[in-house]
Amino acid sequence: MQRSFLLYFLITLTGCIFIGRLFQLQIIRGDNYDPIHNAAVKIEYAYPERGYIYDRNGKLLVANQLSYDVMVQPNKVKPLDTLEFCRLLKIDKQNFLKRFKKAEKYATYLPSVFLKQLAKEDFAYLQEKLHKYAGFYIQKRIIRDYPIKAAANVLGYIGEVNEEKAKKSNYYQQGELEGKDGVERQYENILRGRKGKKYFRRNNLNKVTGSFENGKYDTLAQNGQDLTLTLDIDLQIYAQKLMTGKRGGIVAIEPSSGEILALVTAPSYDPNMLVGRKRSKNSVILFKDSITKPSYDRGLLAAYPPGSPFKMMNALIGLQENVINQKTTFRCYGGFRYGYRKDEFMKCHCDIYARPIKLKTAIAKSCNSYFSNTYKRILEKDNKPTEGQNNWSKHVKSFGLGNYLGYDLPAGVPGLIPDGKYYDDRLNYSWNGSSIISNAIGQGEILTTPIQLANFTAAIANRGYFYTPHIVKKIDNEKIDNENFTTKKNTTIDKEYFKPVVEAMFEVFKTGTGKYSQVKGIKICGKTGTAENFILVDGEKEQLEDHSILVAFAPKDNPKIALAVFVENGGYGSTIAAPITSLIIEKYLNGQISSRNRYREQNMLAISLQEVYDKQIPKQEEIASGTK
Amino acid sequence: MRQERNNIFAGIDWILVILFFALVAFGWLNIYAASKTETDTSLLSFSTKYGKQLIFISLTIPLIVTILFFNSKFYEQFASIFYFLSIFLLLMLFPFGKEINGAKSWFNFGVLGLQPSEFAKAFTALAIAKLLSDRLYSLKLIKNQIKAFIIIFFPAFLIFLQPDAGSAVIYLSFFFVLNREGLTSNYILLGTAFIMLFILTIYFGYKWMILSTFLLLTILVFYLIYRGGKRFFRFNWHKIISVYLVIGLFIFGTGYVYKNILPSHQKDRFDILLGKKIDKRGIGYNSYQSQLTISSGGLKGKGFLKGDLTQGDFVPEQHTDYIFSTVGEEWGFIGTSLVVILFMALMYRIIYLAETHTNKFGRIYGYSVASILFFHVIVNIGMVIGLLPTVGIPLPFFSYGGSSLWGFTILLFIFIRLDAHKNYDW
Repeated sequence: MQRSFLLYFLITLTGCIFIGRLFQLQIIRGDNYDPIHNAAVKIEYAYPERGYIYDRNGKLLVANQLSYDVMVQPNKVKPLDTLEFCRLLKIDKQNFLKRFKKAEKYATYLPSVFLKQLAKEDFAYLQEKLHKYAGFYIQKRIIRDYPIKAAANVLGYIGEVNEEKAKKSNYYQQGELEGKDGVERQYENILRGRKGKKYFRRNNLNKVTGSFENGKYDTLAQNGQDLTLTLDIDLQIYAQKLMTGKRGGIVAIEPSSGEILALVTAPSYDPNMLVGRKRSKNSVILFKDSITKPSYDRGLLAAYPPGSPFKMMNALIGLQENVINQKTTFRCYGGFRYGYRKDEFMKCHCDIYARPIKLKTAIAKSCNSYFSNTYKRILEKDNKPTEGQNNWSKHVKSFGLGNYLGYDLPAGVPGLIPDGKYYDDRLNYSWNGSSIISNAIGQGEILTTPIQLANFTAAIANRGYFYTPHIVKKIDNEKIDNENFTTKKNTTIDKEYFKPVVEAMFEVFKTGTGKYSQVKGIKICGKTGTAENFILVDGEKEQLEDHSILVAFAPKDNPKIALAVFVENGGYGSTIAAPITSLIIEKYLNGQISSRNRYREQNMLAISLQEVYDKQIPKQEEIASGTK
Repeated sequence: MRQERNNIFAGIDWILVILFFALVAFGWLNIYAASKTETDTSLLSFSTKYGKQLIFISLTIPLIVTILFFNSKFYEQFASIFYFLSIFLLLMLFPFGKEINGAKSWFNFGVLGLQPSEFAKAFTALAIAKLLSDRLYSLKLIKNQIKAFIIIFFPAFLIFLQPDAGSAVIYLSFFFVLNREGLTSNYILLGTAFIMLFILTIYFGYKWMILSTFLLLTILVFYLIYRGGKRFFRFNWHKIISVYLVIGLFIFGTGYVYKNILPSHQKDRFDILLGKKIDKRGIGYNSYQSQLTISSGGLKGKGFLKGDLTQGDFVPEQHTDYIFSTVGEEWGFIGTSLVVILFMALMYRIIYLAETHTNKFGRIYGYSVASILFFHVIVNIGMVIGLLPTVGIPLPFFSYGGSSLWGFTILLFIFIRLDAHKNYDW
């Protein structure tokens, strides 16, 4: 018996190992086995039609069109007249061989795309001849069509799902299309609908041998739902036109609802560029351009210090915290001294020397000293500046600043509204209001985006509340019921304090920096501002022409539109931003530009800042190459 | 006594017979599932795989009766004749064999093919039993060891030349028999050690292996010198040097052969098994598909004829070498472990019975039968469940094929015959 122990032992050991391995294969791994999604089941998809997109007035913005792909299944291809075939497809023979090899490499017994998106004319001609070429056939695909060549940044585009995502996803297959940006991406699930599926049994040669479980799992395709945007496409087109030759962004909101009326970034592009055969060539132009950045939505992403428009914020907080009232006066001596050293002095251009200045005048004339004093008082109201700054920051954030606004578009940045801790962490001395006085006039650490400023303006227009801005108005003609967009958001400032601020903003367009951009019959309230901007040259900051910023709403009572205009290197707000603002407001409220203001329209269409932009280019190149 | 002797079924071990028929029947059900197509209807027909197999199975009955008809003594006396007959058949393959898949392993008689290597195993077992059962024979003598090696390796060598490496490997199973009959265990230990070295060398590359084994050896030698003093070195230096040489040459040779001489398809088999290469479409396709198919069965399986991967022919060679994957898909973990347990029971029973033989011939033959079955089962199932490299040998009683089925039937029933008579004095 002893001698046979070895074999007994080995048989037992092997048996245990085998059963263990089978347990691992069948019980542990078998658990993840999907009876439907495996090699023996073939799924055929029926593709639904993607939903259309309309503007707020029912104008069609995005529709669908058919596109034709030439498909090939290599094992069915018979010897063919390559020359004629190449001529039909308008490719050369080398290209033909390359494409054919690629298809063979993928799988000889499966169809794959041979040539994408034929032109319609080519298709008609090819279809007549195609029967001669076994193994080749044409597959229709639905692609997007944009009847109106505007709002590309809002609409976004669709493209093939990337490989990684297709692998992980339980919906998308490789080669399928999905929304890549803008509304197309944000509302992908609504627009795309649901694919229909039919299950078949198949064998190892990909031959269908029958239906799977009598079609128990089969589903029908469900078409996508249509979207109605809040966008007024006429206004959008007009605003885009006004921005020709300039870089920047415009965001217009209806204050009473938070609906985005126009969202402009300049330069922009024709959305049809990302459809069809020229697509890959065009996408290089659009996505690789690091200077004009046509694919960068400045209205949503350009975060800069807001400058003077922020003075209204400090006025409101000052009033709410009762550190100033309408009658409070400060004197300005050509600036504000915040320290004893010579350079610790903030200049002011209000030109009211040493006379008492009240709030209304301070806003209208944009007096830096007045708001520096106000800001200091806000911070010093509490004993510790940290707490004062926290309190200030709380008020500011209630306007939707300093964080993602929560609108329904994929692009966005939070901006920055510093609180007390922010400075505690960064300043290693005991700081106070004077240390961070730039915040008083919207400079310093504060960062806001045009859409945040537009929303801030809408909150002023509403005298104390706002609705989160949003771009979609209806889904399949049903009004949206997203609570985030339909509930009123109150700011921490009481209604009564808005009155003097609104009056002051009205004054800006009546007598102040905006007075040359008045529109007869429309009471515009607004505020111009500039954001300083620097580039690094030789490791040193070099100041460029200021970006101009303007916020406005109109009419003063019962406001219909609030907007923020941002023009890169636009200089003083009064020269470019203000006329653009007034034109947009006039167009929106009156439907047209009165003959009296035509000259203004002509001027704005003609102005180009290209020269200013061109000046920056060599510098940027030198920085990139490190030669300077 | 005499009457009982005349009854050919007297004294046979029914447990083995039942196990045999259970395996054959279950095997056929799976062959049916694996080779069924939509159109076929007739069961007994040469036009389908399962029809042919059913005919092969029915022909085992006269074969069994014939085997049981002869006296035990007959097998002992004619052992050498059978052995030489199988050697003759193996030799005749070289001029007359039909080449299938690059190997000349078959004689072709119209619809029927015959594979002599499947029968040679049983006859080699008879020959070994005959040699070792001689009263004057002792495996302690090198001369006798060499005799045994020649009997074993001559047919193995002929089969290897066909070339059918898989079937040749099976002959290594006779080492268990020799070991059982007194051959020192060093052969098996040494063999195992070299196989381990072989696998590690392929896995890590020969440079690292030479370095690390030499390091280990050196530590061992220093330890021995420390224990044994200077005299140890003085008396053993030639042994130490030869150990270094043999191991060094083996590793280097393995690395060289693997890299430069081994055909790339065989190299790939090792690479895939050792996880050095992942390939779901090419050479690794079989292994990947069979594991996937087995996994898909889960605990209870999808049911007879309901395995969609089996029905869709996704596993190549599923009715022959990969038949176990059908069991996995349609009968699940319950089915596969049952098959493993049935084989274990069969082997246990054979060894147990063999050990009760007072007659040396019967014991050695029985031990050979168990060892051969063991090797077949371990290599085949190990391959199908992805534990061993792809080696094409059939699963005994299960896989499609007449020669294989009859070969194993002969192998098993000669033992059953010997076992039935073990209590008689021959």
